[in-house]
Amino acid sequence: MATYSINDFRTGLKVMLDGDPCNIVENELVKPGKGQAFNRVKLRNLATGRVWDRTFRGSENLESADVVDRDMEYLYTDGEFWHFMEPESFEQFAADAKAVADAAKWLREQDKCVVTLFNNAPLVVTPPNHVELEVTETDPGLKGDTAQGGTKPATLATGAVVKVPLFMNIGDVVRVDTRTGEYLGRATKD
Amino acid sequence: MSDIDLPSCSPALLQARADLNYKVREFFRMRQVLEVEVPILASSFVTDPFIEPVTARNAGQTYYLQSSPEYAMKRLLADCQHCIYALTKVFRAGEHGSRHNPEFTMLEWYRVGLDDHALMAEVGDLVTQLMAEVVPQLSIYKLSYRQWFTQRWQIDPHTIALADLRALGKSLIEIDDTGLDKDAWLDLLVTHELEPSLPVGLTFVYDFPASQAALARIVNDEQGTPVARRFEAYLASAPGKAMELANGYWELTCAQEQRQRFDRDLARRRALGLPGYPVDERLLGALARGIPTCAGVALGVDRLLMQQQGLKRISQTLSFDFSRA
Repeated sequence: MATYSINDFRTGLKVMLDGDPCNIVENELVKPGKGQAFNRVKLRNLATGRVWDRTFRGSENLESADVVDRDMEYLYTDGEFWHFMEPESFEQFAADAKAVADAAKWLREQDKCVVTLFNNAPLVVTPPNHVELEVTETDPGLKGDTAQGGTKPATLATGAVVKVPLFMNIGDVVRVDTRTGEYLGRATKD
Repeated sequence: MSDIDLPSCSPALLQARADLNYKVREFFRMRQVLEVEVPILASSFVTDPFIEPVTARNAGQTYYLQSSPEYAMKRLLADCQHCIYALTKVFRAGEHGSRHNPEFTMLEWYRVGLDDHALMAEVGDLVTQLMAEVVPQLSIYKLSYRQWFTQRWQIDPHTIALADLRALGKSLIEIDDTGLDKDAWLDLLVTHELEPSLPVGLTFVYDFPASQAALARIVNDEQGTPVARRFEAYLASAPGKAMELANGYWELTCAQEQRQRFDRDLARRRALGLPGYPVDERLLGALARGIPTCAGVALGVDRLLMQQQGLKRISQTLSFDFSRA
């Protein structure tokens, strides 16, 4: 395993800190004219998503973290694991609930997503930013209410619940931003 | 052609730098301060524990690119007794970041007969003039190093015990603090907490801890605490943007005490496992011959340009920053 010294630190570098893989988000040399050099570093803990503000000293080293982002296709879930496949190699990976986390409610079979592998095992699953999903449950639509505001909850095919306009009906397909859970518009049914 | 083939600053910055150099020279000409040039390449180097040289070879010998024109200027002072300034490139190995470039421009000047407070007033005059187009009336603040810490945490930085300082530091800063001494913790609190919250304007902090005296006189303050007659100037053209701009001393002129400080620095370097470099015996000789009572200050010209032009990175002030050089 490679180690990095403070001088190697740069944005995007993946390192191990306190046992967790982290991504360096910001790295700033802090050195008073006459004083010691420190590096003030912002790191995102890739396992928890938490951003850390840590200060390092010139003599410190960190181990590199074996972390890669791979485009994969979501296959299915057996209830305990979510299974993904790399389309070119057909290599399959099973992600547990911790790795899938909130992504689970957006995953539809055969959708493409990004699986972050840590030591070749799924660490984080990131769904596409935008998904199109069918409404499976909602109150009946109100005709002629297309222009007014007002929303109601709707359950989508994957189980996610989003706020949709009052005119939407069961069977309609909606476009949703997975990062915010916001309804973006009505999609044409495929 | 890639990005690093191109200049790192805009054409407007070439003009801004040329204008600034012109105004600096005009400022000192009006005040009868003589511009001098001193060697950048020299056979000795400073003893500062945390400044590393860029070395160069000539005819089989190792030389050091100077980290400041200070020693050579003091040698001149011993013999010319005249107020002098230098606008010169200096070098510090390994210092590279948004506010650091291993090669940078320093404006350094010495005023015969002045003390640190009189020199702070002159730094204020110069910076006010250079910032006039951006900040029509630059606010100037002055506070002692003790006040700086007392205002925020009700502690006296000169007398606080290391254990108490560490407890405060650990509550604010995440760091592996094995072996960090009192000065390191004070620096961390300055860089992480105090400096970023300085107001828009120019702030002078004076009367530094005696342990950080460098080449400044140590004198008892009004509370009877020995303090270094050293000051730092911080400049902020916008909230939260304050950065260290200048560092000045009421200069130590005693050769014997200077040698003791060099020895102490070198001992510290050895303790830290850092290499030692040849001490400037000619500076010690000049001090022994006698230099006039004076105050001196070094100001980072590139950082002044950053503040004047509202730039985030020092590279944006340089024709070709270190990654392009």
